[in-house]
Amino acid sequence: MPVITPRKTLTDYDAIIVGSGAAGGMSAYVLSKAGLKVLMLEAGRNYDPITETPMFETPKDAPLRGAPTPDKHFGYFDSTVQGGWSVPNEPYMVRRSDQPGWHEATDINHHGTKQNFMWWRPRMLGGRTNHWGRIALRMGPYDFKPKARDGLGLDWPINYEDLAPWYDQTEALIGVYGSNEGLENTPDSSPGVLQPPPKPRGYELLIKRGAGKLGIPVVPSHQAILTRAINGRAACFYATDCGRGCSIKANFQSTTVLIPPAVETGNLDVITDAMVREVTIDKTGKATGVHYVDKATGQDLHAKARVVILSASGCESARILLNSKSALFPNGLANTSGKIGRYLMDSVGTGVSGHIPAMESCPPHNEDGASAMHMYIPWWQYKEQLAGKLGFARGYHVELGGGRRMPTMSNPAPEKLTGGSYGRQFKEDARRYYGSHVSLTGRGEMIPNEKSFCEIHPEVKDKWGIPVLRFHWEWSEHEIKQAAHMQKTFVEIIEAMGGKPDAPAETDGAKAILAGGTIIHEVGTTCMGFTKNDSVVNQWCQTWDVPNLFVTDSGPFVSNADKNPTLSILALAMRSCSHLAEEMKKGSVG
Amino acid sequence: MTITPTPLTRREAVQRMFAAAAALALIDATTYGAPYTGDPNLHTKAVTWDRILTKDELKMVTVLCDTIIPADDKSPAASAVGIPDFIDEWVSAPYPTQVADRDKLRAGLAWLDEEATKRFQKKFADLDEGQIKAICDDICHAPKAKPEFKKAASFFSKFRDLTAGGFYSTPEGWKDLGYVGNVPLAEFPGPPPEVLKHLGLA
Repeated sequence: MPVITPRKTLTDYDAIIVGSGAAGGMSAYVLSKAGLKVLMLEAGRNYDPITETPMFETPKDAPLRGAPTPDKHFGYFDSTVQGGWSVPNEPYMVRRSDQPGWHEATDINHHGTKQNFMWWRPRMLGGRTNHWGRIALRMGPYDFKPKARDGLGLDWPINYEDLAPWYDQTEALIGVYGSNEGLENTPDSSPGVLQPPPKPRGYELLIKRGAGKLGIPVVPSHQAILTRAINGRAACFYATDCGRGCSIKANFQSTTVLIPPAVETGNLDVITDAMVREVTIDKTGKATGVHYVDKATGQDLHAKARVVILSASGCESARILLNSKSALFPNGLANTSGKIGRYLMDSVGTGVSGHIPAMESCPPHNEDGASAMHMYIPWWQYKEQLAGKLGFARGYHVELGGGRRMPTMSNPAPEKLTGGSYGRQFKEDARRYYGSHVSLTGRGEMIPNEKSFCEIHPEVKDKWGIPVLRFHWEWSEHEIKQAAHMQKTFVEIIEAMGGKPDAPAETDGAKAILAGGTIIHEVGTTCMGFTKNDSVVNQWCQTWDVPNLFVTDSGPFVSNADKNPTLSILALAMRSCSHLAEEMKKGSVG
Repeated sequence: MTITPTPLTRREAVQRMFAAAAALALIDATTYGAPYTGDPNLHTKAVTWDRILTKDELKMVTVLCDTIIPADDKSPAASAVGIPDFIDEWVSAPYPTQVADRDKLRAGLAWLDEEATKRFQKKFADLDEGQIKAICDDICHAPKAKPEFKKAASFFSKFRDLTAGGFYSTPEGWKDLGYVGNVPLAEFPGPPPEVLKHLGLA
C-alpha cells in the first residue's frame, strides 16, 4: 500500500490540491491517473482507516460507554479526529441568540445551540468522508434549474444531463447501493451502475406500510456502501457503525477509495498537517502556488504548481481566497464579482421519533444491516408544490431510523413508558420496549439568500495567524414552513403506524428547524454562474478571474437540493478535473 | 495505506496541553483529572481520570444499582457486571455533563441517607429490601412523586438512566435484550418469518 510521502515538496507540480476529502480525493484521483504531478495538502493529520477504525469495539470498550463529550462530539468511536463543532485553536465566529456581538463558536451540542451557525471540521486525511452518512442521492433536473422552475434562487450553468455521465462513473467507482424507481426528479442511474440494495429491515417495512396509507413512497435508499466486492474492497458484512470508518473498505471514504490508487500512480505527493493560508499569484494575476503552515514545525512554506485547486470545503476554500489579498485582488483572490462567501446554504433539518407498540417484545433478530438506512422517503409532492399548494417552494427527503440497533449509553425503557418501574419489572420493561422506536428525520432544500454568508472577521486569527471566518445566517419562510410540514407529516406517519410520537408535532417551524450548518451540508460561497459578474467560477469550477485556479468542493453549488451533497461534489470534481486534465495536456490551462 | 507514525513532538505535546487546558478552562483540573482530548487511540479505553467516589458512596451506588437491575433468570445484577464502577467512571469524568451528574448523584445519595435515617434510623446501605422499596416507591416516578420527593425523583430518574445505559451496553445486557448484532454476516437476511408475523407483515 502507498505510503504518505516525506514532508518535502518537489520544486514544481502540475497541480496543488488543498484538502483531501470528497473533492480533494476525487481531484487527486482524476489528475494523477491522467499522468499529472500532483501535491495534496491536508490541514489535519495522516489517518489510516485500515489500522485505526474501531470495528467491533463495543460501548464497554470506550470511556463513558462511548457517549459524546467535548472532545468527541459525536461519541468516542466517531472517526472524526481533533475536531467537530469546534477545532482547538482554530476558532470561527458566530452570532448567539442570547448575547449581542460576535462570539467564538463553542457549543458542542447542535440540539438547542444558541449559535446561528455550526461548522463541523475534522483535522484528518480524508476529511469528513471518514465519518459521513454515506447517503448518496443524485440531484435531479429541477435541482440544476430551480429558478427557471419556480422563480427563486439561482440556476446552475449546467443541466442534469451534463452531470449524469459523471454521476454514473462516480457511483461505479465508489460503489453505491440503491434501486432505479423512475420517480420524478429522483434520477435513475444507468443500468448496471448501482449495486443491489440490502433487504429492508422490519421497521422500514412498517414505515412503508404506514406512509403508504398517506400516499408517501418508501423506496430503497442510495448509500455509498458495497453490497458486492469491487476493486479489492470487501462487501459490507452488516455490522459496525459506518460513522467509525470502515477497515474493510466496504463504504466510501476518500482514504480507502480515492487516495490510495492516486498515490499508487506515483504521481501524487501528500503532505499532512499542512494548513494553507493563501494562494499566491504572479504580477499578471496568475496563480503560482500556495503558502502553507507546516503545523509540525510552525514554518511558513511555499509550494508551486501550474494549477491550484481548492478542495478545502465550501467555507474553508472561501476563507483561503478571501485571505489571499493583493494589489490586483484587494478584496480577495478571484473575487472581482464580490460573491466569495455569498449564498451559503445548509439543509433544513428536523425530526420526530415515536414509540410503535407493534414493535414491542419483538423476537430477537439481527437488525444492524448496512449501518445506514436501507429505505428512505424521497420527496413526493413536486406537483402540489409547483401548483403553490404547500406554501413553501422546495422539497425534502426523509431518513428512517429505529429498531433493534446496538444498545449504547441509553435507557431502553424510558420512564415515560414504564411509569417509573425499577427492579424485576424494569428488566421486563426493558425487554418489552427495546427496539420499539422509530425516527423520521427530514433533510430539506434551502434556497440561497442574501443574508446567509461568511466573511473574514476583521480581527480574530487562529493560532497560525490566519484570519478566521464569521457567519451570517437567516432562514427564509420557505425553510421555516418546510420544517413545520416535516413535523406534521412525521407525526402523521407515526400515527398511521399505530404509534405515538415522543413529543407532539412542533407547529412553529422556526422552533423545529435546527441551526444553520447543523446538518453539515454547507455549500455555496464560491458560486458557479453564467458570467464573471455574477459568479466566482464557471461551469468547470474554474475561477473567472484566475484561469489556473479552481474550486472543486461544495463552494460552487448554487442550489442545495434535499439530496445530500457529497455524491454531487464527487461527480462535479470528477467532471471538472477530467476537463482540466484535457486542457492542461493541450496547454490551454496552467 | 501505511501510517508512518511520527513521535509526539514537543510542540504537539504543548498543543495537546493547550487543548486540554481550554476544555478545562472552567474546571479545577487538580480535582477532576484530564480529558482524553480529541485524538485518542480508539482501540484503547482512554479513561484519563481517577475515580472519585468514596467507599461509602460506592456502597450506596451498589445497593441502588442492584435495586434497579437485580439478578433474575435472564441476566445478572448490575453490580455483577461492574456498573457501580462504571457510574464512578462516569461521575468522575472532567466533562460538564458528567460533572453535573456527579453533583446530582452526590446530593441524591446524601438525601437517601438522610431519608433512611429519618424513617428507619439506619444508613441507606444498611436497609433491608422492604425498607429500600418503601423509599424508592416514593421517588421512582417524577410525575407522580409528592412535592417533597420531586428532587429525589429527578435524581432517581438520572440514576436509573445511568444504571440502565451502563448495564444494557454490556454483552450481558445485550443478551438480556436479545440484541444479536455486531457480528459479520455474508448477506443481510432481512426479518425472519416470526418477526414479520409479530409485526403483522406476514
